[in-house]
Amino acid sequence: MTCKEAFQEISKYLDGELSEELKRALHEHVGRCAHCKVVFDTTVKTIELYCDGKLFPMPENIRNRLHDLLRRKFHERAV
Amino acid sequence: MHYTSMMALEVNRLEKGTDRLTGKSMSAQPQKATERAESELIAEAKAGNGDAFEELVNRYERRIYRLALRLVGNTQDAEDVLQETFLKAFEHLPDFREDSRFYTWIVRIAVNEGLMKLRKRKSDRSEPIEDAVDDQGQVMPREFRDWKPNPEQLLSQEEMERVLLDAAHKLPASLRTVFMLRDVEELSTGETAEALGLTPGAVKARLFRARFQLREELSKVFKSEKSLDL
Repeated sequence: MTCKEAFQEISKYLDGELSEELKRALHEHVGRCAHCKVVFDTTVKTIELYCDGKLFPMPENIRNRLHDLLRRKFHERAV
Repeated sequence: MHYTSMMALEVNRLEKGTDRLTGKSMSAQPQKATERAESELIAEAKAGNGDAFEELVNRYERRIYRLALRLVGNTQDAEDVLQETFLKAFEHLPDFREDSRFYTWIVRIAVNEGLMKLRKRKSDRSEPIEDAVDDQGQVMPREFRDWKPNPEQLLSQEEMERVLLDAAHKLPASLRTVFMLRDVEELSTGETAEALGLTPGAVKARLFRARFQLREELSKVFKSEKSLDL
């Protein structure tokens, strides 16, 4: 597998869409190619950073305004 | 750890839909025995029960807010998107046919609201909504320096949020949205395609480009000073 081919397959690998044969070829390539190892590791890390559940918490005042608005709508519909 | 073992571990976590940092389940539908079934709440909300609808809001408001913030990039617009999403969901709940998950349905509303917000903003400043390159456009990595260890520990929470939002907003909304739905919200390719009116192939092509463009952007911030010793 060449570096260009490895790069094309990393995204499919992350989606669990690679055949066993291509997975083995990708593992083998990334195990010996420092550049592709960096690309693989930092792509995984990119996804991990965006998935950190501690980031972007919803402020309580925003939640309160949402629920106040919805309750007004419920009330309008009820009367 | 042998490198192949590490890769297997990573993909295992990615495939199982677990939180990549904590390993906890990120299932969209809470499974506590005491929680009422979603279908029951939807039926009651459709019949006009505001409390039932509010319980649905309680379940998903945080995720919708985070999605909105990542899409539009600031808290004020994110709050507008959040409010419009649940108001529209309430108004149109009788139209929800329950042939998809409730969460997928409100995500679709939130994405539409977010994109409308971005289109309105486009007249104020130059922000790409659509990608200039088609889905077959070539992306190749340019940055090969490894990152500093534990980048999440290098910045405060506020700084990290800013870095992630800034990087995401270097991408056209068409790519950013696919990344947020597939990799962050963990919608399937089919659900993402349905939510955005795309083919599954277009979702995969955009996700590929979004992942690597974001990696390039974050590499500018987190790359190590050292070059690879080849």
